[in-house]
Amino acid sequence: MLAYILRRLFYAVPILLGVNLITFALFFVVNTPDDMARMQLGVKRVTPEAIAKWKAERGYDKPLLWNEAAAGGGRFTETVFFAKSVRMFAFDFGRADDGRDIAAEIRQRMGPSLAVALPVFLLGLWVTISFALMLVFFRATYLDLAGTVLCVAMMSISGLFYIIGGQWLISKIWHLAPISGYGQGLDTARFLVLPVIVSVIGGIGSGTRWYRTLFLEEAGRDYVRTARAKGLTETAVLFGHVLRNALIPILTGVVVLIPSLFMGSLLVESFFGIPGLGSYTIEAINAQDFAVVRAMVFIGAGLYILGLLLTDLSYTLVDPRVRLS
Amino acid sequence: MDIKPVLLWSDLLLFLLLAACVAAAWACRRSPPQRAAWGRVARSATGMASAVTLALFLLVGVLDSLHYRTLLPAAGERERPVYGIEVYSVLDGLLLSLKENTEKTYSAPLATRLFAKESLEGGREFPRLKHGGAHLADEAGWAADVGRRALFGLGAGAALWALLAAVLAPALKRREMAWRSVLTVLLLTSLAGGTVVMLGQGYHVLGTDKVGQDVLYLTLKSVRTGLLIGTLTTLVTLPLAIFLGVLAGYAGGWVDDAIQYLYTTLNSIPGVLLIAAAILMMQVLIDTHPDAFSTAAERADARLLALCLILGMTSWTGLARLLRAETLKLRELEYVQAARAFGIAPLAVMVRHIVPNLGHIVLIALVMDFSGLVLAEAVLSYVGIGVDPSTISFGTMINAARMELAREPMVWWTLVGAFLFMFLLVLAANLLADAVREAFDPRTAP
Repeated sequence: MLAYILRRLFYAVPILLGVNLITFALFFVVNTPDDMARMQLGVKRVTPEAIAKWKAERGYDKPLLWNEAAAGGGRFTETVFFAKSVRMFAFDFGRADDGRDIAAEIRQRMGPSLAVALPVFLLGLWVTISFALMLVFFRATYLDLAGTVLCVAMMSISGLFYIIGGQWLISKIWHLAPISGYGQGLDTARFLVLPVIVSVIGGIGSGTRWYRTLFLEEAGRDYVRTARAKGLTETAVLFGHVLRNALIPILTGVVVLIPSLFMGSLLVESFFGIPGLGSYTIEAINAQDFAVVRAMVFIGAGLYILGLLLTDLSYTLVDPRVRLS
Repeated sequence: MDIKPVLLWSDLLLFLLLAACVAAAWACRRSPPQRAAWGRVARSATGMASAVTLALFLLVGVLDSLHYRTLLPAAGERERPVYGIEVYSVLDGLLLSLKENTEKTYSAPLATRLFAKESLEGGREFPRLKHGGAHLADEAGWAADVGRRALFGLGAGAALWALLAAVLAPALKRREMAWRSVLTVLLLTSLAGGTVVMLGQGYHVLGTDKVGQDVLYLTLKSVRTGLLIGTLTTLVTLPLAIFLGVLAGYAGGWVDDAIQYLYTTLNSIPGVLLIAAAILMMQVLIDTHPDAFSTAAERADARLLALCLILGMTSWTGLARLLRAETLKLRELEYVQAARAFGIAPLAVMVRHIVPNLGHIVLIALVMDFSGLVLAEAVLSYVGIGVDPSTISFGTMINAARMELAREPMVWWTLVGAFLFMFLLVLAANLLADAVREAFDPRTAP
C-alpha cells in the first residue's frame, strides 16, 4: 500500500511539472514582462525607466529561461522561470504583484473557504442522495416523472440566478440572513446560512439526476431482484442493497472533490463577500495579478492529483475485490 | 440604403459549422442505422419541441451573424463612399427601432414614464418617456391601448400559426414525427411573438436598462453570444478529441502514454483558472497591439474567439478519454483485426473502421456539452474573464443588473429578461440532449 502511494506521488511530479510549464508559457512566452509592466502601469505614456523599475521590484528583470550572465548553477536559478515557477514545488509562492505574501494569504483564507465548502459538500450530498433514493423508490410513477422534470428545469438555471434569487428572497424579502459579509467566531454562522442554502439548492438538479441514474442501474441487477424475490421490503432493498453497492460510483465522483473544497467556490465567495480562496482568485483575476493566479493554478492542480489518489485508495476500503498493485 | 457586408471571423466559422452540419445530415440520410436513430428523436415529443425551440434561437443567432456597415450620408465633396464605423447585423436592422429608441435611464416594462424622479417645471416628477407610450395623448388610455395591442398581437400570432400549420401539415403528417409538439411550440412562439411585436411598436416590452437601452433587444442579442460559445467551442474540441483519443487507443505504447500525460496535465489545471490565465494574456495581447484590430467589433470578436479556443482546449480531455476507451475495445473486434491482417495502413483503419463507429459517443458528448457551455459563458463573463465587456451576452447583462436589485424599489426586469431567455435556451438544449442520448446510446436504444 505504502509503495503504491509513493509511486503515485512520484507520478504526480511530471504532471505538476507540465502544469507549471503550461502556466509559465501562458504567462511569459505569449507576453513579455515588458508587456505586463505596460499593462499594469497603463498602456499610454509609460517611460522605459518606469517599466524597468516595475520589473526590478517584482523580479521580472532576469532572463526567462537561461541566464548567460550568471555563473554555474546560477545560469538556471537566476531566471524568471526558476524564481516564479520552480520554487512553487517547495511551496514558496513568493509575493503577489501588489507586494503581499501569497502563502500567508492562502493560509489565512483557507478557513473561510472550508467553512462554506464543507457544509455545502456534506449537506449537498445528503440532500441529493436522499432525493434520488426517493425518486428511485417511487420509480415509474408520476412523482418520479415530476421529480425528473424538476431536476432538468433546475439544471437549466444558471448558478448566478440561484445566488441572486436567494439573496433577494431570503435576505431582502424575508430578512432571515444578512445579504453578504463574514463575521468572527460564532457570529460567522449567521453569514454562512445563505451561501450554504443557495449552493445546496443550486446543486440539487444535476446531482439528483446523476445519483438517480446510478441507483436505477444498480436496482436493475440480478441480486436486487433476488432480494425482492425473497420478500425483503422495498426500503430494505434500497438502503441495504442498492445504496451500499452504488457506493463505488458515488465515491468516484465525491472523493475527487474533497481536496477542491480548499479552493472554495469562485462565484459563491465573491457574491457573498466571504474572504476565502475563491474570492482571492477572483480579486487577483480582476486586478490582473499574475503571481496569485499562477500560484492558485499550481495549488489547484496539486489538489486535483491528490483527489485522484484518494479516490483510488478509497476503493479498497469500500470494495474488498479491489486490490491496488 | 447602400451597405458593405462585413464578415467577422466568428460569423465565418459559424456558417462553416452550419454547412458542416448540413453535410453531416446529408451523409446520415444514406445510413439506415443513423436514419433509424434520428427517427427516434423525431418521434420523441420533448425532443422535437426542444429542437424547434433551438431552431428558433438559431434563427435569431444567424440573423445576428449577418453583419454589414452602412454608407454614411454624403457630406461635402467626398469622392469615395465612406462607410460608418459601426457594424450592424440583420437582426439590428430588423430591430432598428428597439436599438435606437433609447431612453434616458431605467423604465419599467410597458411604462410610459421614467423610473426615477426628475426635477421638472411642476416640481419633482416622473418624466414621460421619449418613446415608450409616446403615442398616447392621454395616459388614462394606457390600459385600453395595451389591451388592444396585446389582443391584436395574439390574433395576428394565431393567424400566422394557422398559416404555418396549413403549409406544414401535409409534410408533417406524411412522416412519422411528433408534429403535435412541433405545432404546439410554434403556436406558443407565434402567440408570444405577435404580442411582443405589437406591444414593441409603442412600448419597451421588457423595460429599459441603466443607460436606457431596450432590454428585449439586449436579450435577443445575447442569444448569438451564447450560441457561438456553445457551438464554436466544438470546432476546437472535436478534432483534438477525435484525433488524440483514437490515436492513443489505437497506437498504444509511448504514443498512448504521451497523450494520456497531455490530457491528465490539462485536466488537472482547474478550468476556470486556465481560462482566466489565457484570457488575461489575450487581453494584454489586444491592448499592446491596438493596430491589429480596426473596429471595436473586431476586437470583441477576437476575444470571443479566444474564449471559444480556450474553452475548447479545456474541454476536449473528457471526450478524448471516452474515445480512447472505446477505441481500445473496437481495435480488438474481428473486422478491425481482419482489416489489419489485409495490411491496410493504420491511418486508413482508423479513418475507415474506427472513427465512423464512434459517431454516437461524439454526438452525445457534443449535444450534452452545449448547455454547459452556455451556462459557463454567463458565469465567466460575470467574473470578468468571459467575452469582451462591450459584447452583449447573458453574463454581461446579469453583471450590469447585479446592483439593480439593491435599488428601492427594485429594478427586476433586466434579470427576468436574461433569466427567461437563458432558461429557455438551456432547457431546450438539455431536453434535446436527453432525447439524442436516448436515441443513440446503444444501451438505452431498443
